[in-house]
Amino acid sequence: MPMYTHTVDHKVHAFDDLKDLLAKASPARSGDYLAGIAAADYEERVAAQMALAEVPLAQFLSEALIPYEEDEVTRLIIDRHDRQAFEAVAHLTVGDFRNWLLSDLATEDALARLAPGLTPEMAAAVSKIMRVQDLILVARKCRVVTAFRTTVGLPGRLSTRLQPNHPTDDPAGVSASLVDGLMYGSGDAVIGINPATDNVGAVMTLIHMLDAIIQRYSIPTQSCVLTHVTTSIEAINRGAPLDLVFQSVAGTEAANRSFGINLGVLREGHEAALSLKRGTVGNNVMYFETGQGSALSANAHHGVDQQTCEARAYAVARAFSPFLVNTVVGFIGPEYLYDGKQIIRAGLEDHFCGKLLGVPMGCDVCYTNHAEADQNDMDMLLTLLGVAGINFVMGIPGSDDVMLNYQTTSFHDALYVRKVLGARPAPEFEAWLEGVGIFSGDGRILADKTPGLFLDSIRKLGA
Amino acid sequence: MSDIVTKNAWNALARFTQARIALGRAGTSLPTRPHLEFQFAHARARNAVHHPLDEQALSAALDERGIRSFVVHSAAPDRATYLQRPDLGRVPSEASKAYLGAFGASGFDVAIVVVDGLSAFAIEQNVLPFLDLLVPQLTAQGLGVAPVAVVRQGRVAIGDPIAEALGAKLVVVLIGERPGLSSPDSMGIYMTWAPAQGTTDAQRNCISNVRRDGLHYEEAVYKLMYLVSEAFRRGLSGVTLKDETASQARLAGGAGSNFLLE
Repeated sequence: MPMYTHTVDHKVHAFDDLKDLLAKASPARSGDYLAGIAAADYEERVAAQMALAEVPLAQFLSEALIPYEEDEVTRLIIDRHDRQAFEAVAHLTVGDFRNWLLSDLATEDALARLAPGLTPEMAAAVSKIMRVQDLILVARKCRVVTAFRTTVGLPGRLSTRLQPNHPTDDPAGVSASLVDGLMYGSGDAVIGINPATDNVGAVMTLIHMLDAIIQRYSIPTQSCVLTHVTTSIEAINRGAPLDLVFQSVAGTEAANRSFGINLGVLREGHEAALSLKRGTVGNNVMYFETGQGSALSANAHHGVDQQTCEARAYAVARAFSPFLVNTVVGFIGPEYLYDGKQIIRAGLEDHFCGKLLGVPMGCDVCYTNHAEADQNDMDMLLTLLGVAGINFVMGIPGSDDVMLNYQTTSFHDALYVRKVLGARPAPEFEAWLEGVGIFSGDGRILADKTPGLFLDSIRKLGA
Repeated sequence: MSDIVTKNAWNALARFTQARIALGRAGTSLPTRPHLEFQFAHARARNAVHHPLDEQALSAALDERGIRSFVVHSAAPDRATYLQRPDLGRVPSEASKAYLGAFGASGFDVAIVVVDGLSAFAIEQNVLPFLDLLVPQLTAQGLGVAPVAVVRQGRVAIGDPIAEALGAKLVVVLIGERPGLSSPDSMGIYMTWAPAQGTTDAQRNCISNVRRDGLHYEEAVYKLMYLVSEAFRRGLSGVTLKDETASQARLAGGAGSNFLLE
C-alpha cells in the first residue's frame, strides 16, 4: 500500500513511503537515476514535490528512512534531536516550513535556535521544493562561526583553504604552491594537504613541516594533512604537532564503514585533537569532507536519494563541533552529478542544508574532465555561494590540482569573489596579510610592491 | 601591454612543481595568457574523453603485427550513457555476448583486453608500443595469449566476462584513464587472476599513468611481468599481491630540503 499520494488533474501519483517520496521529489541528477530511485518523468517529480509539501515536519520524527536498529547515524539523529528547539516549527508542513524560512520570522537568531531541532531529513525535504534563490536567501541568514587560530564564518568574511598538493609530497614542491597561495592572500581557513600516501611517517613529516612554516613566519592559521582519522590519532600519539583532525564522512553507517570509520572512531579522533589544546581563539578541531553520491558509490544508500544521504552526513559532522565542513561537490564524477547544472544545484543544496543544521559549510567548487562542466560553471557556483555566505572555498594554483587531477577554485578566483562581494579574509589572517605587506590595507586587496617575506629564501635559489 | 599585467617575483619556484604557480595577475585576476593556456589544456582533456576509439585502425595495426583481435561493444550504446551508467560499461552488449559465446571458453593463459575507457587517446598513443614489448615477453614465458579484445565504451570490469568467455586464467586490461589537465593520454593497466563475473576491485593489481611523459613502457612491462609471474606462481592477484619492484617514482614523503625552512 502506498503511504503517500497526490492527485493532479484526476491522475493519482502514489509513493511507497517517505524515502520513495523524497527520492522522487529530488531535482534530477544522474546518481538517483543510477540508483534506480528517481522520478520516472517531469510530472511525477513535481507531483512528488507537491505531496512532500503536504507532509508534516513531525512525520520525519516517526518515520525513519533507514531503521533505527540498523544504522547508528539514524540513532545519532533521533537521540540528539532537540524537541524544545523543534517546537518553533513543529506545527508546520514541509511546504509551510519553506514559507517560514523565507519569511522575516526566520531571523539569524531564530534559525540558530532552531538548528538542533531539525533533522537532516527535514532540511533535505524542504531543499527539494526550493529554487536556487530560496537556497541562497535562507542560507545567507544562517550564521555558523567557528574558531581555532582564525575565526571563520563572520559576516562579510570569506575564507580559503590553501591546498598546496604535490604528487609525491616533495617539500619544496609543496612550499612553492604554499608561497604562491600566501602571496595571493589564501590560507585563512586552513593550509590543507592531500598527502600522496597514508603512511604515518610521511604524514608526520608533512605535519612537522607545516607547523615549522606557520611558526617561522608567524602565520595566524592552522594546518591539516588530510589523512585517515586513525592515522591522525597515531600521529598525535607519536607527538606530532597536529592542528586539525581530518576525515571523510557519509550519511549512513554502512558508507562510513566503507571509509573505515564509525562514530566511536570519530570521537577518539576528536578527543585526541582536543587534548593537544593548540587552538588560540577557539577549539573547533575537526575538518570533515563530504559529497553527494558517496553512499551510493559504496553501495550503502539503502534506497535513500543522494542529497538526503548527504544531509545526513552533516548530522555526523555536527556531533563533533567541526571547524570546517567541505562538500567536495564535483569531484565524484558525472555518474552522480552529470553536468554544471546538477553540480551548481547540488553545491547550493549542500551549503543550505549544512548551514540550516548549524554546520560551518565550505565548498570545493570543482569538476573533473569527464563531467559536462567547465570554468564558467565554476564561476557561477562560486559567485552564488559567495552571495549565499559560504564560510570558505578552496585555493589552488591556477585551478589545477596536479596531485588529484581535478579542477577547483584558484587563488585568483577567491580574490575575484572577495572583490565583487566586498568580502574579507578572517580578521586574524587579514591583520597578518596587511602587517607583512601582502594586502595593501586600502581596499585594493593586493599591494603593488612584492612583500619581502619569502624573497630572501627565493633569491638564494638563484634565477 | 606588459605593464598592465603584474608579474610575480617567485618564478624561480616553478622548478619545484608542475602546479601552475607565479601566473601573475591582471588586477587580481588571471592574465589572458595563462587563462587561455588553461582553456586549451581543458579542451584537450575534453577531446580525450569524447574522442571515439578507431577500433578498425587498431585492429589493422594489430593484424600487421600478427596479433589476432576482435571487437566487443559494452552495453552502453553511446558516450552520454557510458558516462552516467558505469554499470553498463562493465558488461558486453547482447550482440557481443553472443559473439563471445562462440569462443566456448576454449582456454588460454592470458587474455589481453584493450578498452577505450575515459580516454581513447591514451589507447591510440600507448597500446601498440606497449604490446610490442609485452606480447613477446608473455610468449617467451610459454604463456598462451588469447586474441586481443578491443572494447568500445568499456570500464575495467568488462575484462572479466570477456576473459571468462575466452577461458583465460588471467586478464590484463589496458584502459584509457580519466584525463587530467596535464595528462590527457594516461593508460592504466589492471591485472586480475581468475577473472569472473563478480570479481571485485580488491582482486586487481593496478599500474597507472603509463604514457610517454609518465611511467615508461619498459618499466610498466617490467612491473606487469613481475605481477603476472607471481600471479601464476601463487594463484592470486590483488591486495595480497604487492608490487615489490623498485619504483623510479619514489615518494618523497615530505623528506628532503625545503627552501622555506633553510
